[in-house]
Amino acid sequence: MSSAQIEIQIIACLVAVACAIPGTFLVLRKMAMISDAISHSILPGIVIGFFLTEDLNSPWLILLAAMTGVITVVLVEFIQKTGLVKEDTAIGLVFPTLFSIGVILIAKNANDVHLDVDVVFLGELAYAPSYRFLINGMDLGPKSLWVIGTILLVTLLLLITFFKELKISTFDKQLAATLGFSPVVVHYGLMSIASVTTVGAFDAVGAILVVALMIAPAAIAYLLTNDLKKMLVIAVFSGIASALTGYWIAHYLDASIAGSIATVLGVLFLLVYLFAPKKGLISVLFRQKRQQMEVYLLTFLLHLQNHTEESERHLNHLSEHINWGKIRSKTVLDLALKNNMIIIENNIISLTEKGQGFTEKAIDYITTNSTVAIEKMKEDFFLFRG
Amino acid sequence: MEKKYAITVDDLTVAYNYKPVLWDIDLAIPEGVLMAIVGPNGAGKSTLIKSILGIIKPIAGSVKIFGKPYKKQHQEVAYVPQKGSVDWDFPTTALDVVMMGTYGSLGWIKRPGQKEKKAALEALEKVGMLSFKSRQISQLSGGQQQRIFLARALVQNASIYLMDEPFQGVDATTEKAIINILKELRKAGKTLIVVHHDLQTVPEYFDWVTFLNVKKIATGPVKDIFNDGNLTKTYGINYKVSVQE
Ligand SMILES: Nc1ncnc2c1ncn2[C@@H]1O[C@H](COP(=O)(O)OP(=O)(O)OP(=O)(O)O)[C@@H](O)[C@H]1O
Ligand SMILES: [Mg+2]
Repeated sequence: MSSAQIEIQIIACLVAVACAIPGTFLVLRKMAMISDAISHSILPGIVIGFFLTEDLNSPWLILLAAMTGVITVVLVEFIQKTGLVKEDTAIGLVFPTLFSIGVILIAKNANDVHLDVDVVFLGELAYAPSYRFLINGMDLGPKSLWVIGTILLVTLLLLITFFKELKISTFDKQLAATLGFSPVVVHYGLMSIASVTTVGAFDAVGAILVVALMIAPAAIAYLLTNDLKKMLVIAVFSGIASALTGYWIAHYLDASIAGSIATVLGVLFLLVYLFAPKKGLISVLFRQKRQQMEVYLLTFLLHLQNHTEESERHLNHLSEHINWGKIRSKTVLDLALKNNMIIIENNIISLTEKGQGFTEKAIDYITTNSTVAIEKMKEDFFLFRG
Repeated sequence: MEKKYAITVDDLTVAYNYKPVLWDIDLAIPEGVLMAIVGPNGAGKSTLIKSILGIIKPIAGSVKIFGKPYKKQHQEVAYVPQKGSVDWDFPTTALDVVMMGTYGSLGWIKRPGQKEKKAALEALEKVGMLSFKSRQISQLSGGQQQRIFLARALVQNASIYLMDEPFQGVDATTEKAIINILKELRKAGKTLIVVHHDLQTVPEYFDWVTFLNVKKIATGPVKDIFNDGNLTKTYGINYKVSVQE
């Protein structure tokens, strides 16, 4: 690996981490669209900043452009508060306006600005190592490494310091307010970080990948855990994994790195969406199927308990009276047998002691809805879990 | 004036989009009472509680907590919302939610530690939810969620508790358990203000009552003012409750 390759991968990973952190809170606050809006509406800020500083990595440009991001949020909320339109409409009104102001500014000054819309949106990681950070002629590495590194450091510090405040104001705004943590301060703090990160990263990876790196890893992590800290960790690592995988795929296919990383993120999300152990589509379908089966089993056991007369407990009765097809009757019967809940003698089905006890517990739960009863059942039965 | 007031509300008018829903409310709630707020749907009960908490800004009037504005007194007040204004799918457990009640006394930046965890576990125990401590909150029943919010208010260790319909959707046993906790808190000198819908149980549960329907109809000791006259004025129809002695 050449040093440029290593530098590119480090930059990609730093961007991934810097995006995953604010992204997690954006996803939890159901504000994914806002990051998209910010990524577009920073354009006029970048252009104006570029007129003033002539340097895409200047801290002034970053702060100025980030301010445009925060202004976007303020405008969206202002329009929304009028109560005339919903949030998505407000977003759709604000960012194209700001974005087109940026486009006009670029077009008007095309002659003296070496900045084009494509670069802003797609970025090109491959070129990131060619802009060096020099002090007295000493080469300290690529500029974007320093920019994104600084942003990441600030983000991490803020996250560790204000984790509790972020958590409570995301989970329960009202409680946060009544406990004296201004949700407004936390909200705009988060929006500022998201804006600064977007601006700081766009030059290296492009605004589109910034959005993908903010939202996809958080969405992936959300499907995999029920713990906020773990969610942050998983988001960070899926961001890093996608960045590296994407980089090498691009390398072998000779394709755009940003495009490749975004694709990997999409594929990873799809895989997690399908296969996540608890919230994944397949596991949800499987669980539904199983719960349905258990309801049948319970119905069957209740029937047996209700009827002492043999005619009602004859094997054939199952399909005739309960009106179940052959396959369902057989699966239910097998399930009950496998769990030692019934015995069959001369085609007559009877509850075993275990089956009896279980059925009673179930009736107890159904009639009283008591939490004690359900807690006990959970150990041997799937149906009443979560 | 000898008596100490936990909350004083002065000429309070609150409006949503310039339509007043609370008119010129005056209210002085003595310290150490267990008070019910009763009134029909839409009477402004939740709004009154939210204005006391400063969540809604009134268009006129003021609210004082022990003589000072809420901003300076938020540590003195705990709140149980009507139906949690929270994101139920948030990645967090019951224990974690209860711990959040301790954040107020920690202030900014400082993180919760063992002491806070212990307090949260005790509160969970009190509301009978200890065995659910690691459960993701969306996997709790409505009544269980309500108890978690009660536990969260308990760990705040406040002087005043504002509860918006804490008995909504809880079974009879839980209701008794909660009211016992409330009575215990009152014995410990706390002031409790509870929005309550079941008029039958008012005399049994509470010692103070406020009738509210956009305007304040009456406020005072249950034994003096909880009568058909005030109920009729509040609910608009000819009201008769059989008050058991
Ligand atoms: N956010 C809001 N915007 C506009 N109007 C509101 C809002 N919240 C409440 N209202 C209105 O204010 C009035 C008082 O509402 P509030 O929630 O305080 O009633 P409540 O007494 O708590 O009723 P309930 O018994 O149903 O809980 C109602 O007419 C309601 O429609
Ligand atoms: Mg209400």
